[in-house]
Amino acid sequence: MLSKLKLSILIGSFLILAALPMITEAIDEPFYIDLMARVMIFSIAAMSLDFILGYGAMISFGHALYLGLGTYAVGIMAHYEVTNGWLQLLVCISGTAFIAFILGLISLRTSGIYFIMITFALAQMFYFLGISLEAYGGDDGLPIDTRSEFFSFFDLNDAWNMYYLILGTMTVTAIVLWKIINSRFGMVVRGSHSNDARMQAIGFPTMKYRLAAFVIAGVVCGLAGFLLGNLTEFLTPEYMHWFRSGELMIMVMVGGMGTLFGPLFGAFAYLMVEDFLANFTEYWQFYFGPMLIILVLFAKQGLWGMLPGKEDMSDE
Amino acid sequence: MSEPLLKVVQLRKSFGGVVATDSLDFDVMPGEIHAVIGPNGAGKTTFVAQIAGMLKSDSGTITFDGRDMAGKTAPERSHMGLARSFQITSVFRDFTALENVSLSIQAHAGHSFKFWKRASTDRDLTDPAQKILDDVGLGDKALTLAGNLAHGQQRQLEIAMALATSPKMLLLDEPTAGMGTEESETMRAFLNEMKGKYSMLLIEHDMDTVFSVADRVTVLVYGRGIATGTPEEIRNNAEVRAAYLGEDE
Repeated sequence: MLSKLKLSILIGSFLILAALPMITEAIDEPFYIDLMARVMIFSIAAMSLDFILGYGAMISFGHALYLGLGTYAVGIMAHYEVTNGWLQLLVCISGTAFIAFILGLISLRTSGIYFIMITFALAQMFYFLGISLEAYGGDDGLPIDTRSEFFSFFDLNDAWNMYYLILGTMTVTAIVLWKIINSRFGMVVRGSHSNDARMQAIGFPTMKYRLAAFVIAGVVCGLAGFLLGNLTEFLTPEYMHWFRSGELMIMVMVGGMGTLFGPLFGAFAYLMVEDFLANFTEYWQFYFGPMLIILVLFAKQGLWGMLPGKEDMSDE
Repeated sequence: MSEPLLKVVQLRKSFGGVVATDSLDFDVMPGEIHAVIGPNGAGKTTFVAQIAGMLKSDSGTITFDGRDMAGKTAPERSHMGLARSFQITSVFRDFTALENVSLSIQAHAGHSFKFWKRASTDRDLTDPAQKILDDVGLGDKALTLAGNLAHGQQRQLEIAMALATSPKMLLLDEPTAGMGTEESETMRAFLNEMKGKYSMLLIEHDMDTVFSVADRVTVLVYGRGIATGTPEEIRNNAEVRAAYLGEDE
């Protein structure tokens, strides 16, 4: 169960986010809508990574692949003038599910450092594939001329509509993943994190469940990519690069591994610090590194774990 | 005489040059407690792992409940009614005692591709789990994190998790490992209570426990069964005394 404090923080954050477009209009700073929309997209991606990394001990170092795949789904279809959002969404979900299934089948045969390396290598393969696809811009990427079209009354070219679509997706994703983590399925994934041999001994063919979790995380991250492609109106293999996967891992660690909601704030903190430091220096990572080390040393559970009240794993 | 529940014929397993299980014949009759004793490194844990399906055997057959176990995975064997406990305490430390046992129940309550309903308040799981915890004497510890239980209680939880799979047979790998005298006493009483209700393969170091609960005892030395008999026969077996008991007594 969530502590009252944490629940209040979540609801409070949601209300602030919901009111943000009104606020930015009042102070005439529309730039912040785009910035927060971007933050929320990475929040979705970071949550999906935490779902397998924090709860399932599947330390994927290639998770940004699905972010990239999502943008390619939108971008390539838009390139061929298929702009129906529902159709794009269908392709995005089934495509990422299929690829996550295949890659999961391969990588889940390993564990520990080997799993990290194999997810890294597989994602890099797709990155280089993206670079080699000259038809879709190669390493320059490709502008997406038209945003997805869902309803005639809900035009994504409108910044507010785009923003609320992202906020809605993030909220629904957070609730659904939270339900899954505490469901029977979630118990199996968490149990095999803690002790896989024991899980098998009591009768769980854990591989099936871990694979399913891997696919769910891939699809959710693919959705984030779908939104990212629409927001930035650009597809680029750069989103599949391992550096992006590393960033997602940092967001999870900063927010708190195995806390699900922590990474929402981890993504926010990471992108805000990046944005802030980048104002002063091109070498912002130089300053970010030590901050990260201090956080990892003194708050292993990340920002979310620093809050009083323990909710993850146990239900006391 | 009826058919044995578990029948092992000419089982073999080697790791490189070390033969851990060497042409071993072994059986457990329905309702029987058959203990396996032997010095450290005799291959007891390897033997359990082979029966439980966690290690592939080099040769030989394992028949359980009339079925050949060749090629059956550990989860499949669990579903056929083989339940094991581990020598090194192997509970889910971040889960409560109740959740630990609930997981065992869940494993045998159909598939777990159920994504929505909260598991920890699902009475289909928690009610039977609570009952088993009561049975093993951990009823009042249901909501304690397994990692915070005393060592002896974790060992009991370990067995509760095995019982929750409604097994036909228990493979207990040193249930009294690391226990003090008093805790061993409790475990012994508990094993005696389960005697007759479950068939058991009991790996044990503690001779008092073995001789007080086992129907038959097999002595394992370097992966070979050097003697099988009633506790009385084993106690008086000269070869066993030389190979093993002599060191202790």
